[in-house]
Amino acid sequence: MLFEQILNGLAIGSVYSLVAIGYTMVFGVLKLVNFANGSVYLLGAYFTLMTYFALGRNFWLCFILGVIGCGIVGFCLDQFGLKRLRATNAPRLAGLITTMGMAMIIDNFILLFFGSETKPYPNMINFGRIRIGNSSISSNQIVILGVALALMLLLSLLTYTTKIGKAMQCTAQNINATKLMGINTNLIISMTFILSSALAAVAGVLVGMYYQTIDITSGFSVGMKTMASAVLGGVGILPGAMVGGLLIGLFETLGATYVSSGYSNAIAFAILILVILFKPEGLFGKKTINKV
Amino acid sequence: MSALRTALKKTGIMVACHINKIAFVSVLLLLMFPLVNQSAYTLRIATVAMMYIMIALSLNLLTGFCGLMSIGHAAFWGIGAYTAAILAKNLGWGMGTCLIASALVSGFFGMMLGLPVLKLKGYYLTIVTLGFCEIIRMVELNWMSLTRGPLGINNIPYPNLFGIVLKSRVEIYYIMLGLMVLTGLVVHSIVHSRIGKAIVAIREDDLAASAMGINVTLYKIMVFIISATIMGVAGGFYAHYIRYIEPSIFNTGTSMNMLIMAIFGGLGSIPGTIIGATILTVLPETIRFLAEYRNLIYGFLIIVLMLIKPSGVLGDVNMEYIKKRYYASKAGDKG
Repeated sequence: MLFEQILNGLAIGSVYSLVAIGYTMVFGVLKLVNFANGSVYLLGAYFTLMTYFALGRNFWLCFILGVIGCGIVGFCLDQFGLKRLRATNAPRLAGLITTMGMAMIIDNFILLFFGSETKPYPNMINFGRIRIGNSSISSNQIVILGVALALMLLLSLLTYTTKIGKAMQCTAQNINATKLMGINTNLIISMTFILSSALAAVAGVLVGMYYQTIDITSGFSVGMKTMASAVLGGVGILPGAMVGGLLIGLFETLGATYVSSGYSNAIAFAILILVILFKPEGLFGKKTINKV
Repeated sequence: MSALRTALKKTGIMVACHINKIAFVSVLLLLMFPLVNQSAYTLRIATVAMMYIMIALSLNLLTGFCGLMSIGHAAFWGIGAYTAAILAKNLGWGMGTCLIASALVSGFFGMMLGLPVLKLKGYYLTIVTLGFCEIIRMVELNWMSLTRGPLGINNIPYPNLFGIVLKSRVEIYYIMLGLMVLTGLVVHSIVHSRIGKAIVAIREDDLAASAMGINVTLYKIMVFIISATIMGVAGGFYAHYIRYIEPSIFNTGTSMNMLIMAIFGGLGSIPGTIIGATILTVLPETIRFLAEYRNLIYGFLIIVLMLIKPSGVLGDVNMEYIKKRYYASKAGDKG
């Protein structure tokens, strides 16, 4: 029972990690919370479902199309809103409001296009259950965990070993110095948005397949929880977001099972608040010294 | 174009010099408004707009003047609303005492949250308030015996002020007007007092402020409590006005909408806040004919307005400065 619940929590948590990475990457380069990320997560799931019905049941093709579509949405988000604000040196809160407005647009677009009712979702990763000892685990969980971990590994390789990844780290450290080094920061920021949106879309599809339903309200709550995950691990730190997501997923699942199902979200947030109180820089963050 | 600009500048100077008189006249006009227009729809929008002005003022005090961003203020609104609803319905308290109780309970929660959290800097408060809002909503949703959970509390008694039951919308309008003016005066006097100077200093640079002998944490907690108290009063009024409350209203989405109002009007500007909250309450009503496309257009408009004027409607307008410069230039002309 405990083992199954832990695995269940890890599977959901790994999906949270994927979305949390998006928050943390955008926060890293722009020092901005991208409120639209939760909406993009939902859009990915719906977009894949739409192409699935429109393009004749080839799920994996539709999956790729959905991810690419969300990448384009992420690109537009930066291109038509935040890039212009950056160009005029607008206050950071203007960027925040812009992302909230974008979230509003995406949410209402989904509502108009797909309706508010809960929709069934095809499950492509169900290969039966595997028995280990006296507990059984579903293949869903293993596939989700596997895909999420593989993507995280890929992303870590991209960030820490390639030239583009180095450029991203530089932008996060000091955007003006990066520009002076001849790096096209706008391109890097656009790429960050595309990556974070694509990851959110993958997460959306994985969760859709896992629960076999999607509904319009889940985007917002996942957005909030993943934002919390990013802070839990330490904002702007890639491994932090990964571990933070896994932990929030675990807390939530275990809390729902052993404490109270009604309070599962509250438990996750209460733990987050406690962590912030005692270690404000997050689990993986380094303490910064205030310099005058 | 340049003629337009000079005209705009002249109007700006006029407004800045006579802002107190303008505020006074606006209140007088609002007092007379129900005499002219008694349509239920207009009065309702006016009442709700004034409630949102009150909320936006409270958020602007926190975010605009002190630089602390909260995306969980709907929780305090909800705490105030539930306090008033439970006291009025179960114990039959009058509106005045209910509002005071709402203010106290909300302020208490603000203190409990602020005391540990406000020692921290930056976006931590934002995330903590987000979590706080979710937790409070979960409690409202699950504490069946007190809040009736998802069913919500219905049939909250009509506002009862000193034994007189106020049923008409005009009377409620006047109560709201009174509360709004009171809030405006409170926020105005805080901002123009020693506390106001201190919190603006904290917003600009908290390290420098503490070097000047300002107790940063104390002032932050103070402003947070005041802001939570105002939200509580607004919540208490809301419960009496709508007479039905349920937990899903008091979520993070609502908090964000409130914050959008404050930022949209212009952070650190009281007239801006009033204009912003009014526009963003009236705007969704005026585009109601767009039916289901309404929220889509609303989001779009917010982005467009942010692109045109990123600091909000009156965010970068310093009335005091304009006024002083105008008088100085006049004195210069004479001398």
